[in-house]
Amino acid sequence: MSVSTTTAPAAPPSPKRRRGGRAPAAPPGGRRRRPPVLLLLPAAVILIPLVAYPIYQLGLLSVLDFGQAQASGGAPTSFVGFGNYSKILEDGQFWTVLLQTVGFAAFCVVATLAVGATLAVLLTKVGRWPRLLLTTAAMAAWAAPAMTGSTVWSFLFDTNLGLVNHTLEKIGLSGFHEFNWFYDKWTAFLIVGAVVVWHSFPFVMVTLYAGIRAIPEEILEAAALDGANTWTTFRRITAPMLRPILTIVVIQSVIWDFKVFTQIYVMTSGGGIAGQNLVLNVYAYQKAFASSQYGLGAAIGVIMLLILVIPTVLYIRTLRRTGNEL
Amino acid sequence: MRLIRRTAAAAVLAAGCLTAATACAPGTAAPAADKASDDRTGTLQVWLYNEAGNAAKEAVVTKAVDEFQASHQGVTVKVSYIDTDASARAAKMKGAFNDPNSAPDLVEFGNTDLPGYVAAGGLAEIGPDLEKWKDKGDLDPVIAQTTMVDGKTYGLPWWVAVRALYYRTDLFTAAGLNPPTSYDELVAATQKLHAANPDTFGIAVGGKYTFGALPFVWDAGGDIATKDGAKFKAAIDSPASQAGIKRYTDLFGPDGCPAQQCADLTGGKTVDLFAAGKSAMALLPNSSRSKVDAGAVKGKYGVVPLPGEKAGSIAPAFAGGNNLGVMKAAKHRTLAVEFAELLASPAYQEKMYDAMGNLPTLKSVSGQVAAKDAFLKPFTDTIAAGTKFVPLDQAWAQIDAQSVIPTMLQQVVTGKADVAKASADAAAQINSAFAAH
Repeated sequence: MSVSTTTAPAAPPSPKRRRGGRAPAAPPGGRRRRPPVLLLLPAAVILIPLVAYPIYQLGLLSVLDFGQAQASGGAPTSFVGFGNYSKILEDGQFWTVLLQTVGFAAFCVVATLAVGATLAVLLTKVGRWPRLLLTTAAMAAWAAPAMTGSTVWSFLFDTNLGLVNHTLEKIGLSGFHEFNWFYDKWTAFLIVGAVVVWHSFPFVMVTLYAGIRAIPEEILEAAALDGANTWTTFRRITAPMLRPILTIVVIQSVIWDFKVFTQIYVMTSGGGIAGQNLVLNVYAYQKAFASSQYGLGAAIGVIMLLILVIPTVLYIRTLRRTGNEL
Repeated sequence: MRLIRRTAAAAVLAAGCLTAATACAPGTAAPAADKASDDRTGTLQVWLYNEAGNAAKEAVVTKAVDEFQASHQGVTVKVSYIDTDASARAAKMKGAFNDPNSAPDLVEFGNTDLPGYVAAGGLAEIGPDLEKWKDKGDLDPVIAQTTMVDGKTYGLPWWVAVRALYYRTDLFTAAGLNPPTSYDELVAATQKLHAANPDTFGIAVGGKYTFGALPFVWDAGGDIATKDGAKFKAAIDSPASQAGIKRYTDLFGPDGCPAQQCADLTGGKTVDLFAAGKSAMALLPNSSRSKVDAGAVKGKYGVVPLPGEKAGSIAPAFAGGNNLGVMKAAKHRTLAVEFAELLASPAYQEKMYDAMGNLPTLKSVSGQVAAKDAFLKPFTDTIAAGTKFVPLDQAWAQIDAQSVIPTMLQQVVTGKADVAKASADAAAQINSAFAAH
């Protein structure tokens, strides 16, 4: 295993070894404080105006009664404290939508990872041409704007003129004559979920493929020489080495899928029949921004932010504890 | 230690914001009236809607511009045509309200948008100006009412559109039917027509077609909301409204428009269905004529007023239409009013009818065009029978944006809730919208 000191960037060596390697390089305690602050300065210059300031504005808006009349100076802005928040939390629909969003995001994350990981493994097994073909197809899906992808998929599943209904009918399934895929809540979610997965699996696939490729051949070879079977190799070598990448991919997917807007908005025309396919982002838009209630919309935004902070913090903590770093 | 430092940073940021309060508070424009003036020369900026077949409209407007420039020395009229799509035009108007410097002088807008625009402080009151207009007395008073908020006038009604029942003459003749004159006859017709033509819907209706549903509610004696003193109060859950909702939603059956196909249709989609020959009847505005004529049913349809429950009665239609309004931030207030009066004058209303098929708001012109074109009779009859309007309150913008009425209809149509439950939910949302403003 001594060869593993020649690591590729994506495959950090075992924690024990690194800790041993780093300790002597750390500066003595007293001078340790300043430089990191200075080093953070460039990042802060970017992050404060681009991230902190908008979040501050969002928080401020969320405690104001701020609508179109206030924006254009037709009425004075007033402070309402947590009025916007209580309005949302008291809305029964919010809780339904929240639950739906969590369920839908969970489904999409699991499906995206399953599809992405399977195809990444497949990529390592197939020859050059099939790999090129698969990568190109995946890249095309990735590159397609969410708006375009959603529109094309809704054409495919169109009630009257859709290719899917037409094909199903052709192969003898009579129940699909003018079948409305978006009439039932669950079929609608299933199709939108499929489109979300279609849009996001390439990122997972490419990232994991890169991760798998970055595992040094020597390690795998050594394991094989030591008599490890495929499962042991995966469990002891591939999985631990992929964990940092997997973590990034999971967090990214959770955040993306929790914030889904376009696919739902376009495919179910704004949240489905009687709002049955609403997710938080679309709910925020319909409830607040479409009717210019910016204060209310900002409060929903803050709530979403807080919800998303939880998994992110949890993951970073878990990572720290296991000794891996992002 | 780290926590303390972070708190300190937040405190510094907050303190910085307090000292520069304007930089951190959400932007609010100065009241539009501060920027207004009344220049009698220069460029008059006008925003009109870009509609289907806009070239014909542009031709008429260009004539008006030439006439106006000829009679006003040193004045140039610049007309821009803005996107009519609801969210696009809302964004455009909000931009104009928020930045008075880039706002036009005169705008065309949908009459349901008026209370929201007034509340935003975007429109100028033009009631006193219109008092001096020679054609004021000729305006249809019911339509003039739709431009008023709290007794003040903020718009000049330019044209109206009402909906009536389009029906397929060939299918009716084949089935030995006359056009329906009551709700019961309408239902009976859907059954007979669908039985004779299994691939055709009896009537095209939509779960998102608010203005298709409202005539049934109004005919039953119900309403969205009624004015209780100074405040509106939801009435959509009243027994009369519920009866009307039931009549509309009952049409989403196997004979009428099956829920699977029609629960998520908008009014625009019902035009497509009828034009494609997919439905035997549809409730469409006069302005859909060109679209229907471009479809498969050209020459095979007629129009009658939508019948009410009582035999021979006409269900009250929604008085849709567009107004011309002067922006509060207008730089050429008087010129803007004068140009609006020219566009809405009898001569130009008639030209606009010829070009676009928009119904005039002046009674005299309305009579003239009805005499000229038999197609218009069911629509002018519908107007004469009395039209209705949505609550003239800025809360309507919210009720509309939050799809309160469509959600109610769709819940009933899909069987997720009964009429009582769905209308009670809608009433609660409507009341909360009124309370919020």
